[in-house]
Amino acid sequence: MATTVERELTPVPQVIAHKVVRARTSKRWVDWVLTTDHKKIGIMYLVLTFVFFALGGTEALMMRLQLSEPNNTLLSSQIYNELLTMHGTTMIFLFVVPCMAGFGNYFLPLMIGARDMAFPRLNALSFWLLLFGGIVFYISIFYRPPYAGWWSYPPLSEALYSPSGGQDAWIFLIHITGISSLVGAINFYATIVNMRAPGMGWSRIPLFVWTLLVYSILLIIALPVVAAAVTMLLADRHFGTHFFDPTAHGSPVLWQHLFWFFGHPEVYIIVLPGFGIASEVIPVFSRKPVFGYKAIAASTAVIAFLATLVWAHHMFASPIPIVVLGFFMLSSFLIGVPTGVKIFNWIATMWSGSIRLTTAMWFAIGFIAIFTVGGITGIFLAVFPVDWQLNDTYFVVAHFHYTIIGGAVFTIFAGVYYWFPKMTGRMLNEKVGKLSFWVMFIGFNMTFFVQHALGLSGMPRRIYTYAPGLGWSTYNMISTIGSFILGAGVVITVINVARSLKVGALAGPDPWKGNTLEWFTTSPPPVNNFDEIPRVRSAEPMRDIRRQIERQTGVIQKTGGSEQFSRTGG
Amino acid sequence: MPLALRPTFKAAIPRRLRPARSADGTEAAASRALRVRRRSTLLTVVPTVLLASLILAPAAMASFFTPESGGSPNANQIDSLYKIILYIAAFVFVCVEGALVYAVWRFRAKRNPVAAQIHGNTRLEITWTVAACLILVILTVVTFIKLPSIINAPNSGPGGAVLSASLNESVPPNGKKLTICIQGRQYIWRYVYGSGCLTNYFQKQLPYSYTTMVVPVHTTVVLKIQSSDVIHSWWVPALGGKVDAVPGYTTYTWFKPLHTGIFRGQCAQLCGVGHDAMVAFVKVVTPGQYQAWLTQQAQLIQAQNAQVIQLRQILTSQGQLGN
Repeated sequence: MATTVERELTPVPQVIAHKVVRARTSKRWVDWVLTTDHKKIGIMYLVLTFVFFALGGTEALMMRLQLSEPNNTLLSSQIYNELLTMHGTTMIFLFVVPCMAGFGNYFLPLMIGARDMAFPRLNALSFWLLLFGGIVFYISIFYRPPYAGWWSYPPLSEALYSPSGGQDAWIFLIHITGISSLVGAINFYATIVNMRAPGMGWSRIPLFVWTLLVYSILLIIALPVVAAAVTMLLADRHFGTHFFDPTAHGSPVLWQHLFWFFGHPEVYIIVLPGFGIASEVIPVFSRKPVFGYKAIAASTAVIAFLATLVWAHHMFASPIPIVVLGFFMLSSFLIGVPTGVKIFNWIATMWSGSIRLTTAMWFAIGFIAIFTVGGITGIFLAVFPVDWQLNDTYFVVAHFHYTIIGGAVFTIFAGVYYWFPKMTGRMLNEKVGKLSFWVMFIGFNMTFFVQHALGLSGMPRRIYTYAPGLGWSTYNMISTIGSFILGAGVVITVINVARSLKVGALAGPDPWKGNTLEWFTTSPPPVNNFDEIPRVRSAEPMRDIRRQIERQTGVIQKTGGSEQFSRTGG
Repeated sequence: MPLALRPTFKAAIPRRLRPARSADGTEAAASRALRVRRRSTLLTVVPTVLLASLILAPAAMASFFTPESGGSPNANQIDSLYKIILYIAAFVFVCVEGALVYAVWRFRAKRNPVAAQIHGNTRLEITWTVAACLILVILTVVTFIKLPSIINAPNSGPGGAVLSASLNESVPPNGKKLTICIQGRQYIWRYVYGSGCLTNYFQKQLPYSYTTMVVPVHTTVVLKIQSSDVIHSWWVPALGGKVDAVPGYTTYTWFKPLHTGIFRGQCAQLCGVGHDAMVAFVKVVTPGQYQAWLTQQAQLIQAQNAQVIQLRQILTSQGQLGN
């Protein structure tokens, strides 16, 4: 079968993309600082967010160490509260959301056949705001980091109880990264609506791009609300207003409504692009078109709509009338339906496929396995009387780590293994990648599965220590050991990335037999992405291109260099 | 030994250049068949063990899978509602994860080299959407059937003490209950016993206590919950769900202790550096013991009040204390 070296093959509608060579007038790092190229910005996004991922992960491991045994004195209560606030804030605002934006930046124009984003300079602004937001927040470790949790519920976050500037650093982080995300979202939206390749109608947009579109819309809806809320908090803290101050007829519950009106869409902002990555990776490695393209695209839109109607399920123990609780229970149930539909569709995509178990595919499979558990425990929490027992316990901690690590981190890793060849021109080591996957998968389940039991046996979240004899010690020890295994799995991938940059096998333009247009250009793509943009005739343009070449040349099309399986499939 | 052959073969030719089928000697095919058979026995054993452990689990590890209960009817009702959801969830979990694992195993490239080109199936899509909705409808119905027994306070038992009868948020049908006001503050719980405990409890000389609440068994206890500083959350798992103590609001819940004993709980909402230390104990005693404890507590408080008044007089007369 593979009698020729694939790298010699070039698609017949030939890739004509030129490397633009200009005389270098400035230093290399200046190029990065001044760039408006979506690919460079995308890489900076990914590198920066992984730095924050490492910081947030370290904070998590410190907390797990503290909790490994009862009455531990490793950390003080004050430091523990600071760590939990930093961890949540970092992972949400500085890792997952901008990391998805990083993938979006790099791949959105490539996937829709555009040469850059609609507003390249705005794009650069988005990145630099993210960096400055992160710096403003992390500077607080030199004086006093915030310690009111990533929800910053007043009155605890008010000046009386959190007098330190750390809380203000948190507010400015929300403001600055909020503007960054908002500007980025507008940019994504404008790009998707205006700059698609000829023939790419709404039913031919790659599913990752669909999710980015919905991600952008949700950000545009949700961010102004939290921006207003933190501004009110800032005014309360410094200018003598009393929006959330109960001693002057303000309402702490108002903050909860405003915050979670942002906070719950944020959850879907986090996982939807992850769903998109899975919807790209699974069909490619199943060698099958995605099952129910329209159902997946439609369920994304339905999730976005419902996501704005479920916020109070975070507040079932707050003073809210039963009728309202009932409404939010039903809306939370409803959002389970489109989510379930997606899971069924992914499994159906694999069904009767010819599954190539690459690392990216393993991460996508792991994502489905883990996210399913998170979805199911979400149903428990949606039933408000049951939530009265489970809310604010480790059951909730387990639940949202199953959804966020499953839905976002595992899909981000799938994306890293899937797209690394495109971004660098080199393959990641598959064996090391699979090792990393299994270590992470086992470590993850060890860390978080027992936390369900911890919550059920009465351990509230956010306590820095506990007495022995409450039945929590063993579970906590298992969880701590698991968290270090999970951390080791992440480190394996980091090492893999660092090594493969130099010694990875050359990828060629299309190492996976991809479906979407980013595989039509060279790896890494030239500055202008495409000289000529092919006409799009289906949701899988690369498949059409391969077929066209086969018709014209009679040569069965292989992939760009690393395909390692039999290639009889379409 | 084909197994020994394979690595040498791999080493000789880079993997991506290797023709896919050239290793297919009869020997290799036989060994593959053997491997498949071995793997398939493993694949039947593993699910069986998993399934068996799933079935046995609820009996063996009840506390692993279910919330705490047993102290009060509302906690028990939540527990039974939770279990109904758990059974449905376990079924869904086994189906979805089973389908996933089966698909990955059955349709892997080695076994299924040619992928079927299917774009979708509208009937199937509609079927599983409706099925998902049906499960949720069932859960909704079950929840609303269970809800009254969780939120409405029942009558006190025949042996229960009856202390007061007043109009309130959650009144048992015969109106007889014990009212206790809970105040959360950084980082301790305070309990005031008796109706009218929200206002002027000090002038009314109502008994109060900190951290440990004492209640009579079989009595419907209605809790009025407030906070004096930040948000706290009242939660004693075996006596029912948690209720936030939000400054500026009064929230209500109830429990009816089913037997004597001490129940532990703690603040569930991050309230500052002492959050972990904000524990609560509910000591359930017989009505007789409860009355005795109340009297003793009232006497203690009175004695201490008297001392304070005395001290205040002394200090005021010495001019160390203003009016």
